[in-house]
Amino acid sequence: MEQDRYIIRIEGLTKRFGEFTVLDELDLNLEQDKVNIIIGRSGGGKSVLMKHIIGLLKPDRGRILVRNRDIVPMSEREMAQVRRDFGMLFQEAALFDSLSVEENVAFPLHEHTSKSYKEIMSIVQDQLAGVGLQGMGTKMPAELSGGMRKRVGLARALIMEPKIVLFDEPTSGLDPVVGATINDLILRTKEEFGATCIVISHDISATMKIADNIFMLYQGKIIAQGSPEEIRESSDPVVRQFIKGEARGPIQIN
Amino acid sequence: MKNFFGWLGHNFLMFLQELGRMMLLFVQAFLWLFRPPFRVRLFFKQMEFIGVNSLFVVGLTSLFTGMVLALQTYHAFRMFGAETLVGATVALSMTRELGPVITGLMVAGRAGSAICAEIGTMRVTEQIDALTVMAINPVQYLVMPRVLAGFIMLPLLTIISDVLGIFGGYLVGVQILDIHGGMFMNRIYEYVELADVYNGLVKASVFGGILTLVSCYHGFYTSGGAEGVGRATTQAVVMSCVLILVSDYFLTALMF
Repeated sequence: MEQDRYIIRIEGLTKRFGEFTVLDELDLNLEQDKVNIIIGRSGGGKSVLMKHIIGLLKPDRGRILVRNRDIVPMSEREMAQVRRDFGMLFQEAALFDSLSVEENVAFPLHEHTSKSYKEIMSIVQDQLAGVGLQGMGTKMPAELSGGMRKRVGLARALIMEPKIVLFDEPTSGLDPVVGATINDLILRTKEEFGATCIVISHDISATMKIADNIFMLYQGKIIAQGSPEEIRESSDPVVRQFIKGEARGPIQIN
Repeated sequence: MKNFFGWLGHNFLMFLQELGRMMLLFVQAFLWLFRPPFRVRLFFKQMEFIGVNSLFVVGLTSLFTGMVLALQTYHAFRMFGAETLVGATVALSMTRELGPVITGLMVAGRAGSAICAEIGTMRVTEQIDALTVMAINPVQYLVMPRVLAGFIMLPLLTIISDVLGIFGGYLVGVQILDIHGGMFMNRIYEYVELADVYNGLVKASVFGGILTLVSCYHGFYTSGGAEGVGRATTQAVVMSCVLILVSDYFLTALMF
């Protein structure tokens, strides 16, 4: 059925900050069990869009349907329920720096399940091994490199086995090799956990490799969408300039 | 002239708006007090941080305040031969006024700034968003334990402050300035009532609530990176101190 194909549907989403319209009547349908990547310029509203999807920001206008339920009018308590299906990897990982790596990863389990300490620790160790960080559990976040922090963040995001995982610029600020491992982890998240991945990125080459669907956000609207091939073949001058990374074209830098 | 009043009015309105938002945060934190999960471990950690770790600095400042009070009042009282009243004066000043105020100001400077900087850093590094995304209410997790700990620990610190202040007065008055020790103590019993101490402790509780709430509020609504955290911390300490002294006047007018 058409409705079940899309896990998240956004209709007419508008958000202004003061005079500045960040999202302008934006429509977006994100497919279930796929890697959906939203590309666009820095400061172009990608993060704002993602914060709407998880309910950290409320729109001025529009509907956001997560599994056919509109989250916009929901109370904080209902929203907390919805968020249990979500995991999110933040741009700077957002690890709690007063807690060790283990405690960070175990945090959602301690909060939301009644599992024993022993069970939790064994899950945490498995999860850390899954992101290639076995034996690092007792370290503090400040002792880790950027790439390691992101992997811990990913382990934490996945520990509740979420149905939808959001990635906020997962590879920005990382060297190409670490970036590639993160991209592998995104693909594994889709394949092993069967989760829907929503990624925002401006890393074009990685996007082309791992995406099932690509959406281009420009001036508050989705101006192009499709598979990597379709995007690559796009005749839209804005899309062409963006994916080729050219300084000259319709996109104005101000 | 018109511009000046415009500026004044604008700032006053901003101030009121800020107070209103602070009250909303307080109400939210208050409501979480009665709803599980109860954060007992976090609460004890904050009691340690706000209370136990402030002991030394509060004790030291109180001791010297008591000492200087004795020194100052001694010279005044000697002019009409009432040196023995030094003890009562120090004790009354400490219990009613200086104990709670000094404790409030010192804790605002020591723990309030740290609370604001910590929560502010959590805000700008998206850790507060991460809490929300993990379906944990940040007000319940961060604000409630701190405000409750401030509310409870400040009176306890104030008791220590009162005792050390009076001890400092005794030290200077009796040991250095040769006031008769028995008379010194006797006058304290004569003039200081238990209500003076209690009212001082009520004040301290209010100060504890104010300084933790203000610090949490400024941290919670920080924006603009490291610079923003610095600015928020300064504002938190200044506003805590101002509100402590202003509310002190009104509480005193109400209670005594």
